[in-house]
Amino acid sequence: MVELTVGSARLKEGFAKMQKGGVIMDVTTAEQAKIAEAAGAVAVMALHAVPSDIRATGGVARMADPVKVKAIIDAVTIPVMAKCRIGHYAEAQILQELGADMVDESEVLTPADEENHIDKKKFTVPFVCGARDLGEALRRINEGAAMIRTKGEPGTGNIIEAVRHMNKMNREIRDISNRKQDEKYLQLKAGDYRVPLELIKKTAELGRLPVVNFAAGGIAIPADASLMMQMGSDGVFVGSGIFKSNEPEKFARAIVEATKHFDDAKALLEASKGLGEPMKGIDIRSMKEEDKMQTRSK
Amino acid sequence: MGVVGVQGAVSEHLEMLAKANAEGVWVRKKEQLNSIDGLVIPGGESTAISKLMSESNLFEKVKEMGTSGTPVFGTCAGLIMLAKKGDAQVEKTGTRLLELMDVEVNRNAFGRQRESFEAELEVDGVGKFPCVFIRAPAITKAFGECKQLATYNKYIVAAQERNLLATAFHPELTQDTRMHKLFLGMCKR
Repeated sequence: MVELTVGSARLKEGFAKMQKGGVIMDVTTAEQAKIAEAAGAVAVMALHAVPSDIRATGGVARMADPVKVKAIIDAVTIPVMAKCRIGHYAEAQILQELGADMVDESEVLTPADEENHIDKKKFTVPFVCGARDLGEALRRINEGAAMIRTKGEPGTGNIIEAVRHMNKMNREIRDISNRKQDEKYLQLKAGDYRVPLELIKKTAELGRLPVVNFAAGGIAIPADASLMMQMGSDGVFVGSGIFKSNEPEKFARAIVEATKHFDDAKALLEASKGLGEPMKGIDIRSMKEEDKMQTRSK
Repeated sequence: MGVVGVQGAVSEHLEMLAKANAEGVWVRKKEQLNSIDGLVIPGGESTAISKLMSESNLFEKVKEMGTSGTPVFGTCAGLIMLAKKGDAQVEKTGTRLLELMDVEVNRNAFGRQRESFEAELEVDGVGKFPCVFIRAPAITKAFGECKQLATYNKYIVAAQERNLLATAFHPELTQDTRMHKLFLGMCKR
């Protein structure tokens, strides 16, 4: 008999690597999932409501009904991801049991634990987590996250927060990379970020996060996807941007195109033409601090 | 060596080629294929890769190169792309295949991500190899001149046919360059 290994870091991080260069789309029904797949999405994120609706509805946002997630799993052949609340490992266990290919421990839902994130190394399925800076990203990776995404500000259709988070992460990675010979400095950073020195050293050596890093939280039009890719994202998550636009099919296809041709202005121009009304969006400056989802975890 | 770079594990293949002392090129445009001695189609999502290859006009050119003898190495989704025949899932999604290799594939033979696995398998001409299967496809039937290189349970997981090499697993996710070297050997011939 051949000996099998399941749930290894290589399998989890490898799964995330297969998503690179792609677009992962939020969907709430099997029909939306089919539209996403036909448009060339590499995976879908199954939700009970898209972030902008979660924001509008208020109350406690929890994992989606397993029946709805299962209907989406059965409707498409691409991977299906699903969200659980931060720290809510019981929701994650249910999603793994159901067959979700990746779990997003997400600030879009109402956090269940303010002190602890899920111990993701205990799971067979890989996890993706949001981050606003390098410290947050490395803490999540240290807990076992196989993929990181910027938090941005979900459900706003406003790219400014995702840009802020990507800028900060890039700056902080450059900083440790430039001083990778300076053991004392790296030690200091490990203390600051509350992660093992080894993880800091690895990141400094690579000059990038040691796992796949996507952009999320505010991508609404093809140009937003291109901007994030040019800033160094490995791919993009689009939440409300597609199914809150007037023409979801067109937007889905155009964002896939813009992600692939992120540095080709001619192709970007084509992808951006005549899409109709994008989602309306929110100016971050008009938001109350307590309405922001990105500050829900550290 | 070109690596079809529309989506998926492109940089990992480029790193492996560099480790095996070959020069790799990230191919996103048709014109880049003119100066290529061999081509890798990486893992990723086959529905997305097929669609993106078609839209950037890489599809026809790669098919033509594969038919006229340019060595092509497909891993995971790349194996699906090389196959002459897909399963119901491939049909349902309308995924266009290159139809180069005499094999029939099952798109998600081993199940979902929680069933993804690593196993050390015997590969003909290579020896024991660390095989990483991620939502992997498998060859259910090989016909014509296609010869199997490795099997797992009832499936063929690595195969070769003239200028074509395919694995259901991901050698680019390991540190082991032997599969890439096998392919580079095919390119020198």
